[in-house]
Amino acid sequence: MVEWLENLGAKALGILMEIGRAGVFLFWSVVGIFRPPFKIMPIIKQIHVIGATSFTVIFFTGAFVGMVLGLQGNYTLRMFGAEGALGSAVALSLVRELGPVLTGLMVTGRVGSSICAEVGIMRISEQIDALECMAIDPYRYLISPKVVASIISLPLLTAIFNIVGLMGGFLVGVRLLGGSEGAYLSTMKSSVMAADIRMCFIKSICFAILIVWICADRGYWVHKSRNGFGAEGVSRATTHAVVISSVAILVADYVITSLLLA
Amino acid sequence: MTCENCCIELIGIEKSFGAQKVLRGVNLPIRRGFTTVIVGESGQGKSVLLKHILGLIAPDAGQVIVEGRDVTRLRRSELKELRTRFGVLFQGAALFDSLTVFDNIALPLRERTRMPAAEVREKVRATLELLDLSGSEDKYPAQLSGGMKKRVGLARALQLDPEILLFDEPTTGLDPVRSHEVYQMFHETQKKLGYTSIIVSHDIPKIFNLADYIALLHEGVIQICATPEELQRCEKPLVRAFVERVMGRMYSSEIEDLALAAGI
Amino acid sequence: MAKKRFNVELVVGIFMVIGMLGVAYLAINLGGIDLFGRDYTRIYAQFDSVSGLKEGARVEIAGVLVGKVEKISLDEDDMAKVELAIFPEVKLQTDVIASIKTQGIIGDKFIKISPGGDDEYLKDGDQITETESAIDLEDLISKYVFGDV
Repeated sequence: MVEWLENLGAKALGILMEIGRAGVFLFWSVVGIFRPPFKIMPIIKQIHVIGATSFTVIFFTGAFVGMVLGLQGNYTLRMFGAEGALGSAVALSLVRELGPVLTGLMVTGRVGSSICAEVGIMRISEQIDALECMAIDPYRYLISPKVVASIISLPLLTAIFNIVGLMGGFLVGVRLLGGSEGAYLSTMKSSVMAADIRMCFIKSICFAILIVWICADRGYWVHKSRNGFGAEGVSRATTHAVVISSVAILVADYVITSLLLA
Repeated sequence: MTCENCCIELIGIEKSFGAQKVLRGVNLPIRRGFTTVIVGESGQGKSVLLKHILGLIAPDAGQVIVEGRDVTRLRRSELKELRTRFGVLFQGAALFDSLTVFDNIALPLRERTRMPAAEVREKVRATLELLDLSGSEDKYPAQLSGGMKKRVGLARALQLDPEILLFDEPTTGLDPVRSHEVYQMFHETQKKLGYTSIIVSHDIPKIFNLADYIALLHEGVIQICATPEELQRCEKPLVRAFVERVMGRMYSSEIEDLALAAGI
Repeated sequence: MAKKRFNVELVVGIFMVIGMLGVAYLAINLGGIDLFGRDYTRIYAQFDSVSGLKEGARVEIAGVLVGKVEKISLDEDDMAKVELAIFPEVKLQTDVIASIKTQGIIGDKFIKISPGGDDEYLKDGDQITETESAIDLEDLISKYVFGDV
């Protein structure tokens, strides 16, 4: 019994320490953004990795999510004789929820895992120690460009997702199922407020920080986690990172929505 | 300060990982301008000792004095400043595998100094030449042999003109010819650049030729730190046993060499 | 090497431009954010109840869009105070009537302005004196059922 309690205590302490480390990690990564020397090239490279190469996947998910919304919306709204509100339904669900959340999840799967693996491998092959020994701040050199690039990329990807989604909804709801073109466009415009757009971008910026934070942190401290050695340690950390940041995105989505809708 | 011409001094370092006590009060002076070799069986905490000197690991007890300052008490910025005096060659060379050889070597210059690009190129090229690496600038670390990786690692460590160089197992995983090459390289660069070096190795007895001082780490304590000659004359039973085990091999290899030379 | 770097920059550049255009479309066209700070004439109106009216709702004269509802707040007399942003080229007489109407039975609420006959026009910051509040459908039905009408 005593042993069981001791184990529980040790586990709780371990989790607290992990959270503390993650906090320190975020702090220094953000501080690193404002530390000289400032270099633009690493940021551009990271935007390429995080943003530009995600374009295709975001384009297709956006298109099909919009098309499904058009299909479902048309079917459901017809029951209430309100097919005219299709534009409003598609636009609001995309802009407020699906755009930022699905973009966040797709980027986590595509980029979060690679960030975690990259940083983790640098840790276990002593490359991070080497940076520290050369007196190069590894946060500033490795993590901060990713944070900046992600904060720039995610809102852009979200905007692309939304617009492609709206087009997909238009394609199915209007062209395919023969809804009214004018009704779709006008309800789409009139129902989306500036506040909705603001919510959309606040969400995507928060998700951007969450993704890089959690995924890079898991990789950075891979040697401190249990059994965090070698390639297997990195692969486990990567799986963890993707799961945790996906859940974190959904939790953060609820929190931000409830704060901003109130 | 107990030791005048020491640039590094370890005093009573203790460190445990979990329940395992790795270092139990290590005392070790490192003399300026000389090569000190830390030997001992694997798993005795030699690499851990190096990481203490660099401030990568904080000791549970004891002091690490570098240039008169206690590393364990330094603030981040001071530690950073101090580290610019060190050059480190890691066990696996720790090259950045997403950068080319050239970018690897240029990294410390680009990140730590405001040197213009042309000068950086010049300096890197000079180092490449010094270490006989010309022609592999555009290769990636994965395309290099083990010996070349070590040389690139040394080239990178030399960029900021360090006063102290640390080598963690410089010859692990290399065949005898290659490791001989690496030793030669140390010898030559040290003669040219005059740095203090600390080598962690279990490649004994070969490493003895390179050493000015040898420190034997056993059971978490430095048993002896002396010149190779003094080591051989030491009467301490533990040291004797070690010397006999190691030197025995040395004699036999010398006999082999003689035999080879005589053409038998 | 030099060529490769150029490619990365080009790809990132294209990506950023497409993304920015997307953001701009969402913000300006969908969200109705005035990037260029279009000059509106600000007119105020007091209503007993604006139940169902939302900020950003249309303001119409004879079915033509002439502005939008900028802000809804409560004034000192516990009445609803509505700030209307009217296109500057539209002139409103001092005796216009502002009424809250519904598009269809359950559609969005909007403000309908009925033109007056005065020679003088409302200026920026003026108030419309005559207003008609939202028709409360439940109220109306209950009156009908219980025979008040």
